[in-house]
Amino acid sequence: MNEDLKKRIEDMIQSKKVFLFMKGTPDAPQCGFSLKVGELLKSLHVDFGSFDVLENEDIRQGIKEYANWPTIPQLYINGKFIGGCDITLQLANSGELKKLLEE
Amino acid sequence: MTPQEIQQKIEQELPGSKVEILDPRKDGVHLKAIVTYKEFSGKSLLEQHRMVYNALKEELKQEVHALALETKEEEKIEELRKEQ
Repeated sequence: MNEDLKKRIEDMIQSKKVFLFMKGTPDAPQCGFSLKVGELLKSLHVDFGSFDVLENEDIRQGIKEYANWPTIPQLYINGKFIGGCDITLQLANSGELKKLLEE
Repeated sequence: MTPQEIQQKIEQELPGSKVEILDPRKDGVHLKAIVTYKEFSGKSLLEQHRMVYNALKEELKQEVHALALETKEEEKIEELRKEQ
């Protein structure tokens, strides 16, 4: 991955404590998995940043390589990759997500 | 790619795993895989999911759009049964 793309991704992840790469926007998600994670964060009243990967093919592909994770959505907390939809929901159910958000 | 092909691919890449593919919406697209695998033991959820995704590396690029995942370590009850 070229340095410029990597920096763009890192800048986004660092811009907020909680950052979500998704298809569509929190108010108009374009995929069921992105919808679920967005709704979960909203229900927890989390102030999160997001980026619509459908708007930028470089970021869409780059983020998969960056996280070594083949799918979207991707959730980051404190700059760290947390997981996609299944893991995020599972962590929410177990209470671990709350802990991560409080760190 | 059929659910059966996905199942076979994961089982082939993760030898000894047991894979069940569900099609909750009955649309053949939004599939869910439940993977039970001894090697998940001691690994984080993230690592467990990565192992399954790695098994489907090529497929996820093209043919598989949506695959929900649930990973389990080898079921303990079964191990107990074997010991008895």
